[in-house]
This record gives sequence, structure tokens and C-alpha cells, in this order.
Amino acid sequence: MNAESPLPESPSPESPSRPPSSLPESPSPSPPESPSPQPPPLLQVRDLVVEFATRHGRARVLDRVSLGVARGEILGLVGESGCGKSMTALAILGLVPGPAGRIAGGSIQLEGRELTGLGDEPLRRIRGKDIGMIFQEPMSSLNPVFTVGEQIAESVRLHENAGRKAAWARAVAMLKAVDIPEPAARARAYPHQLSGGMRQRVMIAIALACRPRVLIADEPTTALDTTVQAQIFDLLRELQRDTGAAIILITHDMGAVAELADRVAVMYAGRVVEQGGVAQVLSAPRHPYTRGLSACVPHLDTGPGGDGGGDGDGDGAGAGDGDGGDGDGDAGAGRRELVEIPGVVPSLFAMPRGCAFAPRCADAVAKCARERPAMRAIPAAAGHAAACWVTAG
Amino acid sequence: MFFRNHAAVAGLALLVFILLFAFLGPALKPGDPFEMVWSPFSPPGSDGFWLGTDYLGRDIVTLMMAGGQVSIAIGLAAAAMSVVIGVAVGAFAGYYGGLVEEALMRFTEFFQVLPTLLFSMVIVALFGASLLTVTAAIGVVSWTTVARVTRAEFLRIRELEFVTAARAGSARDLYLIFRVILPNALPPIIVQANLMVGSAILFEAALSFLGLSDPNVVSWGQVIGSNRPYVLDAGFAVAIPGLAIFFTVLAISLIGDGLNDALNPKLRQR
Amino acid sequence: MNRGDKLNRGRDAGDGGGDGGGNGSGSGNRSDGNGDRAAGHALRVENLKVHFRGARRSPFRRPAVVRAVDGVSFQVGAGKTFGLVGESGCGKTTTALALMRLAPLTAGRIRLGRRVISDLDGEALRAARRHFQMVFQDPYSSLDPRKRAADIVREPLDLMGIGAPAERRGRALELFAQVGLSAAQAALFPHQFSGGQRQRIGLARALATTPGLIVCDEPVSALDVAIQAQILNLLARLQRDLGLTYLFISHDLGVVQNICDDIAVMYLGRIVEQASRAQLFTRPLHPYTQALLAAVPRMHGARDGGSRRARPARLAGDPPSPINPPPGCHFAGRCPRAEAQCRRESPKLRSIAGGHLVACHLVD
Repeated sequence: MNAESPLPESPSPESPSRPPSSLPESPSPSPPESPSPQPPPLLQVRDLVVEFATRHGRARVLDRVSLGVARGEILGLVGESGCGKSMTALAILGLVPGPAGRIAGGSIQLEGRELTGLGDEPLRRIRGKDIGMIFQEPMSSLNPVFTVGEQIAESVRLHENAGRKAAWARAVAMLKAVDIPEPAARARAYPHQLSGGMRQRVMIAIALACRPRVLIADEPTTALDTTVQAQIFDLLRELQRDTGAAIILITHDMGAVAELADRVAVMYAGRVVEQGGVAQVLSAPRHPYTRGLSACVPHLDTGPGGDGGGDGDGDGAGAGDGDGGDGDGDAGAGRRELVEIPGVVPSLFAMPRGCAFAPRCADAVAKCARERPAMRAIPAAAGHAAACWVTAG
Repeated sequence: MFFRNHAAVAGLALLVFILLFAFLGPALKPGDPFEMVWSPFSPPGSDGFWLGTDYLGRDIVTLMMAGGQVSIAIGLAAAAMSVVIGVAVGAFAGYYGGLVEEALMRFTEFFQVLPTLLFSMVIVALFGASLLTVTAAIGVVSWTTVARVTRAEFLRIRELEFVTAARAGSARDLYLIFRVILPNALPPIIVQANLMVGSAILFEAALSFLGLSDPNVVSWGQVIGSNRPYVLDAGFAVAIPGLAIFFTVLAISLIGDGLNDALNPKLRQR
Repeated sequence: MNRGDKLNRGRDAGDGGGDGGGNGSGSGNRSDGNGDRAAGHALRVENLKVHFRGARRSPFRRPAVVRAVDGVSFQVGAGKTFGLVGESGCGKTTTALALMRLAPLTAGRIRLGRRVISDLDGEALRAARRHFQMVFQDPYSSLDPRKRAADIVREPLDLMGIGAPAERRGRALELFAQVGLSAAQAALFPHQFSGGQRQRIGLARALATTPGLIVCDEPVSALDVAIQAQILNLLARLQRDLGLTYLFISHDLGVVQNICDDIAVMYLGRIVEQASRAQLFTRPLHPYTQALLAAVPRMHGARDGGSRRARPARLAGDPPSPINPPPGCHFAGRCPRAEAQCRRESPKLRSIAGGHLVACHLVD
């Protein structure tokens, strides 16, 4: 966890609203040791609450979510399905599905400008222009009856006063920017004529066409093959470096976060439970849920020198029971038993009073069930915070 | 559940009322519907005739009862017939695909492009105007939409993994068609079947209107058809059977909606 | 949908009567001791080919042939897990369906235990199906939404007439317990379960007939990460208890590394490399395998300094389509090291060392 400080190219001097609470000092090229120098957030979400009215009562889908992303920074937003990570994105975009859902509290500020409570029209102008979005399924987010060039140009014309020709030129330039070969020809292709990876590149081109300052990517590679996913990651990283846009990467894949993000926020049951620099959170997770999440995934392990040695005969047999326990482990010899997080995510209608993770948590104490822990900064690690009575602070 | 759907319950109540009226009514108010009992065109309520009399001075109440029996019976029978034919054709076409589908769908298209009214008139003219031939004529011309809907559903559902899973569990074709795919294809078919009852009643009315239905029985359509020339003088004689048809079709489609919900396990629980 | 059964092959099966023998029926709790070799069946696949007829572009040209699976051979020891990995369109799922006799076989021989299942047909095939079952990828579409959980689980028993009808309910409940569901959930409909629970139902259904081989087609890829671990551990435990043989299809190399003993990497309908877990992950030989491994995001990428930004070159482009693939090595078009020979001649899968097979001209 050294040398790899996720340092934005240009720590911009403009400082909207107030600096992030965790780090009072002004951003300057910080020493590589301090893992997460936080430049002033470009987008700041504070205590965001989103509620849905349902037949069974009111469901609090997001419960006091706070996070921020700075210029040139990639924030990974991780969690399981239903944890509220996509809803956070929709709330930022002003797309909470009404009338059942509504933002019931908190604030979302883009460069100091409050977005909650804005009308449809100003929000529509912000979407695409200031905040771009990439979705998981590129096929269903592209209109099948228009060429991809038309769709990019349309987005440009919608948000900027560009003429038809200029918009088309920009579309071709964008396709070139996302590394699509023969961009001028491909601009005339329909979505179904492109491969999945190409379509996702087109989506990225649309999202970036108006040079947004924030790009929200919701599981951008989940539907793609591994080798194509790696290409898209490279592309996102490159574009982010070139444009300086802030990226919020929503994913369930800790590996993707490790690969791409500078900072990470872990969500559970509508709450942020841990936040910090990617190296901090991955190598020294504080919240028990984050620990479980990293441990339960069978991460690829190569290289003979590494810990598992790729096969780990030794530790497989030792660690490998906990169930059955009938001793003859030879059918599963060499397999590393995965850590399981017992139980299931609590229902939105029966949220525990205290910490939402308490019922599944091995470390829980009496206080956890009673009181909800707030995010607390980890003393020795700047920018790292977790919401846990036991392990944080 | 069905009984939680208020509209469906209202539809059921309405249909029960209509059925009681048509099938039990004659017991309370016996009479020959063809008998001329009073002066023609007596408006409803006059001289003890609640619904008045038609152009021949027949009691419209009696006509409505007898006509209801025929109209409803033909509607249900013809709809059942078209659903059976349509589901069979659509299911086999959708399940087997390939040449079977080609052949069956060309066959379906042949029936689709026939002018339905003309074709049924030909059938009735050829085989004589009896209840049976009228029902068959309606059924034969109206199954094509059911077939198309069924085929489309089969094409979609047969690709789903639970169908493959059943095949892996060594299910035979007929089991897959009728026990696995068909239950999942039912919702749109039920909706179609519903529409079919209504349109069969209307179709019979159209045939009667043209004088092509069984002359020995009376149906709602026949009442409309025979009073048609006098619609300006005695609109009620046309309007009353018209309303009867309207309410019957409405009741059946409300029930169909409710049935559709009741058959869906996702809606069945709470 | 392919109706594989109509493909008539040799018809020298003569094996039809053989099923049911030996492997005991009914109870699944024959697990104590080492039930291993008793229940598991070795699987041997030789030169499996599945070709589909593509769309006809013009009436004057012959329709293209899609070589979804083009000469795949491998063996799986009884009680072992064999992994098939590759990207979409590489033919791994078609291979699984062909093994299950759910896709038409164009050529090849499939042997499970002493049964040649590629030769079976009609009723003999139906009866033999109890010995090989499948777990599907999508927990949402693989269960009939109109059937109750217990009926889904016992459906194979009902279809194959295994056990008395009265016993089947008990067997279904036994299976529920085996996969970690409660008997109280038996009467629920699929939509009332979570994704992980649905996958358990699918697993119980596959186990119902006490098969020796279970083909798992991406069984965890649609699940949340925390649930994946539960299902993978369950699969491993069941294998240990029942001695099952698994064919495990996945695109996730981490998952494959966790559960598989031997692994084959497929590319465009062919196996390009096959090795034990230790060999494949520590010493991948085929350039495609190497690229695939390099493309996987690493948990600890951030840990070792700047290595994130200094990656081996990415593979360019997308996997080509299996319609009229290029002559020579299928991977040559994307291979960073391809030479003239690679574009001319198709490399054979050959043994390098200790059961490590690779199909590449450049490896020696």
C-alpha cells in the first residue's frame, strides 16, 4: 500500500462549499505515503435519504448516505444487489422513480450547487451535460432504430448549441476517442451491428460527448467478457486522465475496484459502512462486512510466489471444513473453503434498530443491536472511515 | 386472488344475473317468444310489458330470455372451439418450429385472409342454418388470433431455462407442451378467449342480422336484426338486446381479468 | 431450441437396461464413509462436435455452418470437478448442452461410467437421464414460475417414475434439507425465494435422481458475491458427501480456480489448453490463457505499487464469431505472437508435460 497513491493529475484549486471533514489541509501533491489525499469534492452527497412508499409501508432505500468525489478521482461504490448503490446514482441524477420514491432528506451538491429540489428542466440540463451516465446493459440503453453516430450527435445537440454538422463531427471524434476503429464508418452503424464491447464504448462516447465533470458508471462491464472488460477499464482510466472527469464506478466486484478506483465506499442495506483509499480499504478493511465481502470472493491467485501458490494444498485441507466435518476431505483436496457471510440482507421493512449488519456480524456486541454507529475516522489512516462500534476508531 | 378483484366480482355478479335471467327466467314467466301478445311497438312499461313489445307485438322480456340462452350458448361454445383449435395449432407450431411451424402458420394465414363473414355465410348456406352450424362457422373463422398468440408465447417460453431443465429431467414433448409451456402461456390466451366469447356473441348477432341464423330459435342478434327497420320509431326494441350483449361481454371480460390475476402465482400470494 | 434426440446415431446402444443397476436409488444419504467412487461416474468425451446451420444469406449460397463445438475431447475422473472456461461464444455452454443430450450432436462420443450416452436415443436416453443432471445459470428463469418448490424438485422423479409417488414427497423434503432449505418452504413458489435460494432449489432438482454427473453451467455467475461463496461451498460439500462428478462451466477464473481440479480453456469451439489447476494458474502456456489471466482484475492490484498501470498488453478486439472461423489457429487474429504458420495450420492439442495439454505452435 505504498507508491500507489491515487493522485489526481491536477488538484484543482477551486474549492466549493467546505472542505471534506476528514482532511482539513488543503490539497497539494501529497507524499505517497498518505494514501488518500482528498482534493475538494466536485460532487458531495451528504446524509442522503431516499424513501419509497409501498403497500407494506415506507421503505428507506438510502439511509443517510454521504460520499464525495473529487476532480480526476475514481470512486468505487461497492455492495451487493439491493444495497442502494444504483439508487444513489439515480438520486444524484435526479431520477428517483416517482411518485413512489422521493428524496426525503440530505443534500447533493455539484460544485457547491444544490441539486435536490431542482425542477425537472434544470435537472435534465445537468444530466448529460454535467453528469454523464453509463449503464450495465449497453444493448437496451441504445435506441435500435438510430445509428450510433446519430445518437451521440443527438446528445451533443441536446446539451450544446451545436449545429448538425458540428455535432456529427463531434460524434465521430468521440468514437475515435473511445478507440473504435474506423470511427467515421462505424458512426453509421446501428447498435445491433456492433459487438457488446463496441456498444459499451458507444455508451461511454455518448456519456462523455458533452464533457461532463462527473461520470457515473453503473456496472459498466458486468455484461462483458473478461478480456473486453479489461479493455473498457483501460479506456475509462485513459479518458479520466485526459478529461479530468470524476468517475463514480458502481460495481459488486472488489477486483474491479482494486483495478480502477482511487477511493472506495462500501454500501450495505442502504448505508455507507466504510470509506477510504482503495489500498486502505482492501488491505486493511475495518468494517466486518467489508472483510466478509473481500474474503468470500474466490479471487484469482496466480504466480508461484504468491500466498496460495495457485493451489495451496496445505491450507485447503486445514481451512476447508466447518460443515459436515466428516473428515474425508479428499474429494475437495486443495480447495480453499470460502468464507461465507451467514444469513441474508435485512428486509427494508424490518431494518435492525442499530447497525444494519449486526444480525450477521460475528463481532457484534450488545451496543450494535441498540445504536446505529456513525462513520468514524480511523485514527492512523487519513481519509479512512468506517461505521462500526467494534472495529472502527 | 379472484375474490379480491372487485371488478371481477362485479363481473361475476353481472354474469350470474344474466344467466339467471336467461335460464331461470322462463320458469317464472313462461311464454312462447314467438307468440304475438300485444300491439307492436308498445314502449317499455306499458300495459304490464316491462320491456315493451317488438314490431310483431311479441313480448320483449320473453324474447330476451329465450334469446339470451341461445346467444350465450353460442358465444361460449364458439369461443371454446376457437380456443381449442387455436391453442393446438399455435402450440405445435411454436413448440416444434421448422417445417411444422411453416405448414401450420401458412394454414392459419389461409384462414386469416378469408373474409370471415362471407366464409361463415357460405358454411351456413351449405350446411343449413342450425345452432350447430352457426357455432361451427363462428369457431372456424375466429381461432386464428388465438393460434398466433399461442405460438408467440411458445416461441418465447420454450427458450427459457426451466423448459430445458424439464427436458434434462427427461420430459416428453407432450408434457413440455401441455404441462410446462402452456400453463405459462395462459395469461394472454385467457384474455383472447374472453374477447372471443364477446365477439362470438356479436358474430352470431351479425349472422342473425343478415338472416342467416337458425330460424327456429331466437337470439339477441335476431331481435336486433328483425327490429332494425324500425329503429327510428322504436329504438328500444334494438337498444335492449344491444345492451344485453354489451353487458354480457363486459361481465365476461371482467371475469377474465380476474381469472388471469388469480392464475398468476406472483399475484396469488398476498 | 434443439431437439437433439432426433439425431440418430449408431443405435447399438443396448445399454438401456443397464441403468439403475448398482447405483442404488431413493435415498441420498449413502454418503457416509467414502461413497465417492460408488456414486460418481467418470466422464469421457471424445471429439465432440456440434455444428449448427446458420442463416441462409441468399438462395444461391450455401448457408454458413456455425461450428459451436469443434472437436472437443476431455476426461473427468469420478468424483472430480472439471472446469470449462472461456468467453461468450466459445462453445462452453453448447458443450454442456451436448453432454446433457440437449443439443444435437454432430459427431463425437460421450461416455459416462460404462454407459455410452452419445449412442442413446428415445426411451433409453430418457431412462439414462437420471445419471446426468444439470444446474442452470439463471436462477430466475430456470424454475417454472407456476410450480411450487417441492414439485419442481420432484419433477424429474415424477417424469422418470423413480420411487413410489408417495415416497417422492419425502425425498423432496430430504433434498431440501440437503441443500439447506427448510421443509416449510416446500410449498412456496419460486418468486418467493432469493436468488441464492432458487439456485439451491435448482441444485436439489439436479440431485433428485441421485445422478453421478452434474453439469453446472455458470451456477454462480448470476448471484451476489456473498451468495456465490455459499453456493460454491455447498457444491463442494455435496461433492464430498455424495462423490459427485462435476463439469463446471464458468467465465470467472477465480471461481474456477476455487472449485475445479482440472481446467480446459476453450476458444471458438476448441480447447486451447488443458491442465490441472496448479499447472494452469501458475504456468499458463497458451497466449490466450495468459491474456485471459492477465485481464482478470486483481484484488491486490493496488498493493503492488504501480503494477496496475503497467500491465501486459491487452487483447485487442472481440472474440470472433464461430461462423466460418479463419483457417489455422482460431486465436491467430488476436494473438500478439502469431506467426505465418499460425494462420495456415491449425495447431493440435498436444501434451507438454504431465498432463498439461496445449494447442499452440509456439509452445515447446
